[in-house]
Amino acid sequence: MKIGIIVFPGSNCDRDALYAVERAGAEAIELWHADADLKSVDAVVVPGGFSYGDYLRPGAIARFSKVMGPLEAFAKEGGPVLGICNGLQVLTEAHLLPGALLRNTHMRFVCTRVRTRVEIRGTPWSSLFTVGEEITLPVAHNEGNYFADERTLQELEYEGRVVLRYLDNPNGSLNDIAGICNEERNVVGLMPHPERVSDPILGSDAGLKVFESVLSFAVATL
Amino acid sequence: MSIQETYTALGLSDFEYDRILELMGRAPNYLELSLFSVMWSEHCGYKNSRPLLRRFPNEGARVLQGPGENAGVVEVGDGWALVFKMESHNHPSAVEPYEGAATGIGGIIRDVLAMGARPVALLDSLRFGPLEDERNRYLFREVVRGIGGYGNAIGVPTVGGEVEFVPAYSGNPLVNAMCVGLVRVDDLVRARAVGEGNLVVLFGAKTGRDGIHGATFASDELTEESEEKRPNVQVGDPFAGKMLVECSLSMLERDLLVSLQDLGAAGITSSASEMAAKGGVGIEIDAAFVPVRESGMEPWQIVISESQERMLAILEPEKVGEVLKVAERFELAAAVVGRVTGHGDLRVLYEGEVVGTVPARYLADAPLYEREVVSPAYLEGNRKFDIERVPRPEDYSSVLRAMLAHPNLCSRRPVYEQYDHEVGTDTVIPPGADAAGMRIKGTSLGFAATTDCRGRHCYLDPEGGGAAAVAEAYRNLSCVGAEPVALTDCLNFGSPEKADAYYQLASCIEGMAEACKTLGTPVVSGNVSLYNETEKGAVYPTPAVGMVGVFEDVGRHATPGIKREGDAVVLVGDFRPFLGGSDYLEIVYGRIAGAPPAPDLASEKEVSDAVRRAIAAGVLDTAHDLSGGGLAVALSEMALSSEAGIGAEVLLLPGARQDVALFGEAGGCILLAVPEERLGELKEHLGSAPHSRIGRTGGERLKVGGLIEAGLDELREAYEQDLFEPHAPEGGHLA
Amino acid sequence: MKVRILVRPKSGILDPQGEAVRRALPALGFGGVSSVHVGRLVEMEVESAGEVEGMCRRLLANPTIEEYEWEVIS
Repeated sequence: MKIGIIVFPGSNCDRDALYAVERAGAEAIELWHADADLKSVDAVVVPGGFSYGDYLRPGAIARFSKVMGPLEAFAKEGGPVLGICNGLQVLTEAHLLPGALLRNTHMRFVCTRVRTRVEIRGTPWSSLFTVGEEITLPVAHNEGNYFADERTLQELEYEGRVVLRYLDNPNGSLNDIAGICNEERNVVGLMPHPERVSDPILGSDAGLKVFESVLSFAVATL
Repeated sequence: MSIQETYTALGLSDFEYDRILELMGRAPNYLELSLFSVMWSEHCGYKNSRPLLRRFPNEGARVLQGPGENAGVVEVGDGWALVFKMESHNHPSAVEPYEGAATGIGGIIRDVLAMGARPVALLDSLRFGPLEDERNRYLFREVVRGIGGYGNAIGVPTVGGEVEFVPAYSGNPLVNAMCVGLVRVDDLVRARAVGEGNLVVLFGAKTGRDGIHGATFASDELTEESEEKRPNVQVGDPFAGKMLVECSLSMLERDLLVSLQDLGAAGITSSASEMAAKGGVGIEIDAAFVPVRESGMEPWQIVISESQERMLAILEPEKVGEVLKVAERFELAAAVVGRVTGHGDLRVLYEGEVVGTVPARYLADAPLYEREVVSPAYLEGNRKFDIERVPRPEDYSSVLRAMLAHPNLCSRRPVYEQYDHEVGTDTVIPPGADAAGMRIKGTSLGFAATTDCRGRHCYLDPEGGGAAAVAEAYRNLSCVGAEPVALTDCLNFGSPEKADAYYQLASCIEGMAEACKTLGTPVVSGNVSLYNETEKGAVYPTPAVGMVGVFEDVGRHATPGIKREGDAVVLVGDFRPFLGGSDYLEIVYGRIAGAPPAPDLASEKEVSDAVRRAIAAGVLDTAHDLSGGGLAVALSEMALSSEAGIGAEVLLLPGARQDVALFGEAGGCILLAVPEERLGELKEHLGSAPHSRIGRTGGERLKVGGLIEAGLDELREAYEQDLFEPHAPEGGHLA
Repeated sequence: MKVRILVRPKSGILDPQGEAVRRALPALGFGGVSSVHVGRLVEMEVESAGEVEGMCRRLLANPTIEEYEWEVIS
């Protein structure tokens, strides 16, 4: 299976995503932002970092990159897309996911590991988890405070589109939301970094399941 | 302005100007004078320190590159090498702390990058005045934000460091940044320009008026006028920094460059003249070709501008097209700005007309000053210390809580949680342990790094304090299981023109050199920052040591946190605690007096090596050395960093007063926790290193010698202060 | 011509920066401040003002959480 990892100017977790994807057993393909070419991959990861330095707003400039056109088409056709941290910010700016990410309420960058809970299995990136499964994940962000208006929040909750919820909320996110998906459930965005816990030497490899899930999803849909 | 007023304003002395006249055989024009002004500043020329720095040992079995290049290099194994250096950014941080710290990070990353290495770890060693003062709170907060702002964005994890709050640093904070990079031995790059006819390419951000005469600024004392110099402080762009890292590595990967140099203090001038002097060649730069972002810049401004995020490369003419293409891919400005010549001069042109020319070797060869070393009067006065006049506390548990709550001992979590310490998926030992530990993917190897220095010790006994800084770093690396290999340093002192500071500089270096020789850790790179003083006085002599160690098997490492109930607690080392010059004396009684005994380097080595052997053998996974606050604080730290929340109960070793045994400091002592069944194996590895079993782990309380008994919860409440909240004074000292 | 654009958080949206500034002012001796909102200023030289509205909607402001206003200033 081929998983593409988009690289924007300023992305800095792309090599980490590459590493985790390969550990999960897939082939990782770098997708350069300026090329409108998804290289026939089976799934796409939009990695973390500081695309365009987070200038103007995180993800505001990256969303207009040439690679985003093909990505939007791919998502519309049901292709699995995962946005991690800055990747989630890019996806909300591109309106592939609802809501927005505000400054952390305590106004500091926060890098720590937090307990979270997987709320739903029905996405390509969470299919190997059990509902209610607890997983400790690293966060590292300045703007991770999830916001959506009342109606959107109700929709997300009612339609079961909150994928991941904080048990220790590190940034003030509404409803402790750490990850969400779109209506079709093929586009998922997570604020925490599963790729950073993909190897026991790093303290845990619990995050590997996110990438293994999409592999088993690919097999199932062949 | 007269000629004398001109060169004095540029920071040159009468003696130096006469020397320039002598060398050049004529009077220099303003551009040439500016070139000398920056290259002969203390920051670039090391005028007062170079003769002293010769005392350091620079060679060793693993050393691939000693001082003289952008960074030092040591071999790790499997064809990998570590590139590392520490740099100071003290004066800019005093005036504009966010940008001063940020550009310090940017600069040290580029030093490592210039050797062809990918930067993989950052550490920072910081000093501020006490947090009761709002200005110091502001500086601390903004410096930490600046380090995080730059390091996090550029994607290099900040994995270690230290911070202290002491009156001597009020008005003159210290911001020392260390970077470690990884490179294949075969891919190492050096900064010498070679090959007449080769081209000089400048790539990165566009050039503006940033930091004009910043190198001279770094060598001045700080006064009220320094505030008005703010427009001269450089502003960093970590986004451009990240693009520069990827662009440079890409060019090197494709074998497009002959050599590479980053632009730091004195901009194009220093880079070009260093490259020329090292290669024994000349360089011509036409300032008109430099991509600029401001209009109307004069040639001298263009060549000494300190605009950030730029690199200078030497390449063969046929590679130019490809190099410019790579720069374009990464959206960086790039242009051919000059060429390598045979004439040995640094020659500056503007649109083809020569506007200045100086033989490169003169610029790189600043005059050296050796001064008389005179023992200061204050040393004798401070050595008077009578322990009988130090009262014993009534309630040791409450003293422990006060110590743990003090800004110099409490948890650093509020600092390091603002740094991304996990990016790169290589961090094996995150901040909070005795040293940071990183793995090297694709191998079982790893490396560890730490920064250490105790200014108070260096003030009370410069030679002993210098040796102790090296010994402490050696011990910290050993506590996580890494074999210490080599070090870099940042020597932060007052004005060398004042006898006290010069004595401190010479003596600290002497002590460090002795320790480096005994412990087998040569100095492979470093930085000197002098003139750290205000009208109120100089900083404590602070020779910050940045030491690096190697793991043969990074899976075998140790951390301080207690991991199991029922482990035996063992104290290794010759435990002879003292109060003179200790944190206890200063925190509890407000006194700075007495001097710690000179470190016993042979004993330090024996103890650290023994502990490391046990860790490498897989027998030991829990170790922590004694430092500020002594045994009681070290044991508390082990319990408080226990993930499972496990405490301990230990006896006090006899021989010292109770307060001395609990809180006195002792060099070369390490606490271990090991399962009972492995105690025998541990003792085999410890060999002849003195050790005693003093207790066991277990429970949720900390009990020491029947004198201290406290729940971990109450200790945690004291320890987990938020350093960034306004600090309420502790209600005076206990005495 | 020169155009000035002001982008501010939509009313009702949590504004952590505004909150932080509001809390910091009394400590510096400034009283009587009841609400603070922190936004962004963008100034541009443009040939025609016709496209500014589109620039605001698509890039300069995020309509989910921000509102904007702009004017020609010379």
